[in-house]
Amino acid sequence: MADESTARDQWQEALDRSTLRDADFETLSGVPVEPVYGGGPYPGQYPYTRGLHAAGYRSRLWTMRMFAGFGTAEDTNGRFKDILRNGGTGLSTAFDMPTLMGRDSDHEWSEGEVGRAGVAIDTLADMSDLFADIDLGRVSTSMTINGPANIVMAMYIAVGEQHGTSRAQLSGTIQNDILKEYQAQKEYIFPPRPSMRLVTDLMSFTAAELPRWHPISISGYHIREAGSTAAQELAFTLANGFAYVEAAVAAGLDIDDFAPRLSFFFNSHNDFFEEIGKLRAARRIWARWMKERYGARSEKSMMCRFHTQTSGASLTAQQPEINIARVAIQALAGVLGGTQSLHTDSFDEALALPTEHAARIALRTQQIIAHETGVASVADPLGGSAFVEEMTDEMERRAEEIFAHLDELGNGSMLEGAYAGIENGYFVGGIAESAYRFEQAVNAGRRIVVGVNDFTDGDNQSQDILRIDADVEDYQLKRLNQVKGERNDSQVAAALADLVAAAADPIVNTMPAMIRATQAMATEGEIVAALEGVFGTYVEAAVM
Amino acid sequence: MDTPLRIVLAKIGFDGHDRGLRVVARTLRDAGFEVIYLGLRQSTDNVVTVAEQEDADVIGLSMHNAGHLTLSRKMMSALDAADLDIPVVVGGIVPEQDVQPLLDAGVACILGPGASAEEVVAAMQQAATTV
Repeated sequence: MADESTARDQWQEALDRSTLRDADFETLSGVPVEPVYGGGPYPGQYPYTRGLHAAGYRSRLWTMRMFAGFGTAEDTNGRFKDILRNGGTGLSTAFDMPTLMGRDSDHEWSEGEVGRAGVAIDTLADMSDLFADIDLGRVSTSMTINGPANIVMAMYIAVGEQHGTSRAQLSGTIQNDILKEYQAQKEYIFPPRPSMRLVTDLMSFTAAELPRWHPISISGYHIREAGSTAAQELAFTLANGFAYVEAAVAAGLDIDDFAPRLSFFFNSHNDFFEEIGKLRAARRIWARWMKERYGARSEKSMMCRFHTQTSGASLTAQQPEINIARVAIQALAGVLGGTQSLHTDSFDEALALPTEHAARIALRTQQIIAHETGVASVADPLGGSAFVEEMTDEMERRAEEIFAHLDELGNGSMLEGAYAGIENGYFVGGIAESAYRFEQAVNAGRRIVVGVNDFTDGDNQSQDILRIDADVEDYQLKRLNQVKGERNDSQVAAALADLVAAAADPIVNTMPAMIRATQAMATEGEIVAALEGVFGTYVEAAVM
Repeated sequence: MDTPLRIVLAKIGFDGHDRGLRVVARTLRDAGFEVIYLGLRQSTDNVVTVAEQEDADVIGLSMHNAGHLTLSRKMMSALDAADLDIPVVVGGIVPEQDVQPLLDAGVACILGPGASAEEVVAAMQQAATTV
């Protein structure tokens, strides 16, 4: 057992080097608890099944990152400043549907959608309003957008320039995970291959110029919400991760230059032990594949860092208050699975966007887990449980079966496997099949959904729900017209022509031309239309 | 059912949440309906054209973006403009307060979150007989 005692010593050394939170690590009755129980590999040791850090949450709690947003750029700017005044350092930006789809607020389908599910961004002017008087060198900004990610990123860099903040100082994350759009969330614009070119353009650009930026957050959340099983969520997400790694390496990047900037985003659903097993398996699989298949040398490249969100799709419109209990259990699974950050859903989300009241309860739920339950005192407290270890192994086995299938589809390339699976309907079909099976089980009464197909006596009285003011849309349309009226049209045309030329040449990075186009006040919709001229537009085959 | 009812299923506009629509499509097909699945990002005009060409008995629209009032009214006026009287069933995240306004706009039936397979089938059959 020399290995075990070496591992233990190394873990102890790592723990001794960690700065711990100012808290008493003892039970409510005063029983002192150890930082870890059971054997190695210990937390912070390859393959990181037991967590990324030796001290677990003793050094730092997970980040309670709540995603929200609606209204105009100015409204959101006001909320950002509130967050900063209250000691927050992280800003999370939700965009409205037209922005997410790369269309302007005056597009015919935008009516009724402008500023509803997030902030509306048409031009750099809106982005300037959004971050007005905020020191971008001192905040970390998360932007949840995929199809038009590079355009929004270009605008953010341009705002930094307006403020005199250098690119190297910009810190944050952009979701930019296009593969799962074709598989689940369906907010795609261009076909997969040119979209991947945009992804690698941004990865190369940030690796060279924005070293503090996370250019992609590889997301299983939407795959699960679309109806996949836990194993499919795990496998499709990590397989997408492998595809991005292969694409970036093919674009000439060194794996250890970009892999430490990759992060993941998982769902935490109702089946408690399955979810914990899934999250533990994610770390182990990623570490092994990065080391063994892709030859990463840096430990940081092998660490699967992830954000977790409770499952919106598991919440019921019936007896909505009981969703508070569901969210608490799911959040606990995320924490016991060792997440780096967590968003808890609001109980009214099956009805509408959350009210402030419901969002506060969701945040308080995390605070109860963090400060009242004691689960943050011990790293990987369920490690060594026969059931949890078996569930972890089983999730890994099931994921490996899916990887083998994709590897074969792609003739030894996970990137080609991802393209092939998108093209032949493997992902969409597999997810739809799982969703249908679940509904059949609910219909047959084999699966109980409390309040829906059993225990239905309850208070279904009308809930207060959030309504978005229609004035936002009028304001935004005026703003867009004003910007268009004030800009120099020939400058816009020239900048768009440069961008088209860059896009048409596969060895040119499109980011510099993209930044110039946004500075000329080209709209998001105009930039997308120009790129569609080169790349084409993706249309999903209507196969049920 | 003597001749199976023909149902056109679609999502109109930007909303990409197609889990519900896909489940409904298979539920209806398994229950013996003929399903014409248009899927995502349809314009109201295209839905009207297909519904007319396919001689649809019911149009089923799925909405998850809080745009149901705007989109349903657009759909009803597109049908009016084409002088077609095909009942429309709306499913998705429709809060209770919006049910009556949707019915007033001419929607035949609304299927909220948690609707069972039986309710989906019954809604289509009922809608088809309202014309």
